[in-house]
Amino acid sequence: MNDLLRIEGLTIAPAADPQRLLVNDVSFALSPGKTTCIVGESGSGKSLSALAIMGLLPSALQRQAGHVIFQGNDLTTFSSTQMQDIRGKRIGMIFQEPMTSLNPVLNVGFQIGESLAVHLGLGGKALKSKVAALLEQVGIPPERASSYPDELSGGQRQRVMIAMSIACEPAMLIADEPTTALDVTVQAQILSLLAELKQRMNMGMLFITHDFGVVADIADDVVVMFRGQVVESGPVSDVLGRPQHPYTQALLACVPDAAGLKPLKPIDYAWLNEAAL
Amino acid sequence: MSELILSAKGLVKTYQQRSGKYGFGSTTINALDDVAVAVRRGSTLAVVGESGSGKSTLARCLLQLQPLDAGEVYFEGSNLAGLSGSELRGARRHLQMVFQDPFASLNPRMKVGEIVGEGLLIHHMGNAAARRDRVVRMLERVGLSQADMQKYPHEFSGGQRQRIGIARALVLEPRLVVCDEPVSALDVSIQAQILLLLKELQQEMGLSYLFISHDLRVVRHMADEIAVMHRGRVVEQGDVAQIYADPQQEYTRKLLNSIPGQHRLAH
Repeated sequence: MNDLLRIEGLTIAPAADPQRLLVNDVSFALSPGKTTCIVGESGSGKSLSALAIMGLLPSALQRQAGHVIFQGNDLTTFSSTQMQDIRGKRIGMIFQEPMTSLNPVLNVGFQIGESLAVHLGLGGKALKSKVAALLEQVGIPPERASSYPDELSGGQRQRVMIAMSIACEPAMLIADEPTTALDVTVQAQILSLLAELKQRMNMGMLFITHDFGVVADIADDVVVMFRGQVVESGPVSDVLGRPQHPYTQALLACVPDAAGLKPLKPIDYAWLNEAAL
Repeated sequence: MSELILSAKGLVKTYQQRSGKYGFGSTTINALDDVAVAVRRGSTLAVVGESGSGKSTLARCLLQLQPLDAGEVYFEGSNLAGLSGSELRGARRHLQMVFQDPFASLNPRMKVGEIVGEGLLIHHMGNAAARRDRVVRMLERVGLSQADMQKYPHEFSGGQRQRIGIARALVLEPRLVVCDEPVSALDVSIQAQILLLLKELQQEMGLSYLFISHDLRVVRHMADEIAVMHRGRVVEQGDVAQIYADPQQEYTRKLLNSIPGQHRLAH
């Protein structure tokens, strides 16, 4: 197997209510240099699945079953110290809200350098020049290293987050709705930056989104989640072009198209309950 | 071409913003810089733009929720800026608003029946029984029920709360409804329900909409005409199909080109 990441039978429930499965027997794989999009509505379990990969589930939730195989190792067997060596070094992360994920009282250069110092032991001039190179790579002038998060625009903050996440050249990047809070022109810039970095660094990217337009632009493979389960997965051309599952079909039918040609059709959940699930 | 229900021209609104080191300085932000828009009766004008473009300021200024520095807003022939407080309150019956955040825009201490019925009370429309009857009919029309009158907003999902917000605005039988990002906080399936509901209600009640949105796919479905805003100015305005097919301004082209789902980036 040359999968970079393989999720097998991942099942998550609240510790207090083990019958209520928030993520139910989820399996999918990600290859190096490829992008897998997890798409679903709120509450579908897409963000929880990503948190479980990193071992970052909230303490009220429990992984009841399943394995997270990353580069041949089962991360669910790793100790928290071992996971610290994975997070930020082998697997980078970007989140939706770049303002709340950055520390407002530290300048961005320090925050980008932090993981380099911790994971790679860099310091002094070497650290400074690496931070400058990273900023340049994500399209921010290196002299902005001394800026604080509130002095940057939303798009620039997300670029800083990206610089932080790729600092240690991780094999894989998890991006949880990284462009949802951004304007559409900025979103387009950030998506092309991510696609370019992914290709240049041969990273695997797990990209969580609710936007089928974004999926069409960047995904190689798509995993569609509904109520904690994977209802359909496969290459992007199949899932978007020839969706097989009634939920995928229904979800696609309620996305407005840019040409305005397709009538909108909301999901008939009652019908879905009877017909499909 | 139908007549104009709302027309505004020469709208100017500036804000002072603290700037510089420690915020001791001050810069002037031109939120609206000589803006003109017009809404035709029974149709939808969408105002599109990115954050900071001035589209929400425009909505608030049109309804006189914020004072304008300059400019005129004509609603059904009368200049809203020239109305007295009580005249303006009277006009507001016909000028309603649906807000973006269905969590923040409903009073958590009021029951749904009170929220939807409050406007009827303020405008002295009918006696208690008649008001109640209208509230029930409106709630049922937006997909809720009579039993929901006794509930509080927190008992509802985001989509249902937006239905409450729509019922509150439409129970007064307004002529113009300003919808400020009414679906941007909602999941795509709920978004489709709400958009269809707004369209149906427009047909049934002969409503005119001013629809504020940053989502160009949603706008394509809702609007008859669009006004593209950028840095406080309307850079392009006209028929939606025409502008989407053949944008004349560089900024409009850039905006339309940024709609996701048009360019493969992966390889």
